[in-house]
Amino acid sequence: MKLVIAMIQPHKLTDVKQALFDADVHKMTVSTAVGAGEQKGYTEAYRGVIHTINLLKKVKIEIAVNDDFVERTVEAIIKGARTGNIGDGKIFILDLQDSIRIRTGERGTAAIG
Amino acid sequence: MLFAVVACMGTYAHAQTTPEDAVFVVNNVWMMVSTFLVFIMHLGFATLESGLVQAKNTVNILFKNVLIVAIGLLTYAAWGFNLMYPGDFSIGQFLGFAGFGLSNTPDVAGTLIDYADGGYSYWTDFLFQGMFAATGATIVSGAVAGRIRLPSFLVFTSVFVGFVYPWVGSWKWGGGWLDQMGFYDFAGSTLVHSVGGWGALAGALLLGPRLGKYIGNEVRAIPGSNMPLATIGVFLLWLGWFGFNGGSVLSADPGPVSFTLVTTCLAAAAGILAAYLTSNFVQHKPDLSMSLNGALAGLVGITAGADTVSIMSAVVIGLVAGVLVVLAVITIDSRLKIDDPVGAISVHLVCGIWGTLAVGIFSLNPEHSFVTQLIGVVVYGIVTFVLALTIFTVVRAIMGLRVSEEEELKGLDIGEHGMEAYSGFQIFVTD
Repeated sequence: MKLVIAMIQPHKLTDVKQALFDADVHKMTVSTAVGAGEQKGYTEAYRGVIHTINLLKKVKIEIAVNDDFVERTVEAIIKGARTGNIGDGKIFILDLQDSIRIRTGERGTAAIG
Repeated sequence: MLFAVVACMGTYAHAQTTPEDAVFVVNNVWMMVSTFLVFIMHLGFATLESGLVQAKNTVNILFKNVLIVAIGLLTYAAWGFNLMYPGDFSIGQFLGFAGFGLSNTPDVAGTLIDYADGGYSYWTDFLFQGMFAATGATIVSGAVAGRIRLPSFLVFTSVFVGFVYPWVGSWKWGGGWLDQMGFYDFAGSTLVHSVGGWGALAGALLLGPRLGKYIGNEVRAIPGSNMPLATIGVFLLWLGWFGFNGGSVLSADPGPVSFTLVTTCLAAAAGILAAYLTSNFVQHKPDLSMSLNGALAGLVGITAGADTVSIMSAVVIGLVAGVLVVLAVITIDSRLKIDDPVGAISVHLVCGIWGTLAVGIFSLNPEHSFVTQLIGVVVYGIVTFVLALTIFTVVRAIMGLRVSEEEELKGLDIGEHGMEAYSGFQIFVTD
């Protein structure tokens, strides 16, 4: 079992979700985050003070998958999120020790479903 | 409105209704409406300040705005009104007091048509002026936002609006020595706005800046949390100014009142335009909060002479105020490193001084002179600033002025009030 964590641009979320659904991946957790990578930030101005914002708004997607789903999940995310510009984001794959469905108590690959 | 007037005349006609009685009713109704409008400025200040401070301090700023109305009205009733309008002065034309409290029943002799030549009743006079007093105090709350201890602020406000405001106000509106000298302040560019502004400056200086505002040589922006609220606030304040200036005519006389409203609105409009252009020039992007300040700058600027300058002059006064407020914000915030979260010093003090001096430059009344206006500005400045500094210093010595660093970072809503303004709402934090 693996946990796929992806940081993407907020405005690409709709495309990524669509691509994931097309790849038969329906279960995910989406949260808002701030982050920085190669983009290095931009400037805002407020009452005469120009200041640099270098933590940019991001969207974080977490998907727990069985090993046979990892590649198609990653491909779907890339398909939805890639624009070719700096700031497209990153995907991390972690080993998942266990997964439990709270409603039934099932564990392991059955719980990921 | 007309229906109300006719209805009033019906019940009023117990003896015989003279034309004078009818005019008195109309005048008083207008003055009461003006009172409502000045009252709505408190809602304007509350929303504007909430919009320009950080979300974690919203409850605190709202609380201060609510309490200021209470303290202002009660102290004004207890002694402030009679300190500001003593009738007779006891020490030169410098200090007078007409006794504690107000008349207690509605139809005491001399409180109705005789009170102000049919302009308004004694009760209307008290309440209208009382609303002014409270607006003067609330100017300070914005400049000290985010780091002042609540009890310390409440003590300062009680003394400042309770004693300083009415006492220095008596020198002009109470018929005191500055009035005798020919100093002119139609609706309070000095008496309300500058007085509040000097208090704000004293507070901001003694408190010091918010944590994280100035790091070494660098100036950081601490953006406001709610631009829609700030905008609502400014429009409410502008609405209030219809009564602030319109009611300062002290009757419903159609000519002066309608003229005053025109100069007032044109100055506000000019202020917005000038502030937008100036901030765009400096920041290369148009800043909403600066343009909002520009509206207020124009309004404060015209307040001293709204009834006594030409239409063209009103526009010029507004334009200059709009430029001044942007330059003042940048100078005070970035050059002088005095942290004023809402620009209260720039709007009320700087433009209040400009408005007062502008009467000396633009007034159509040959009795007004620049020198007299300048004397008034200087005297009010020295006395008010020194008194405000003194009160803050004494409060600081007795009970401390500033919250702890930990509380400031966590937010005054939790620290002073134990509650959140936007409970359950996820607030984005960057940097």
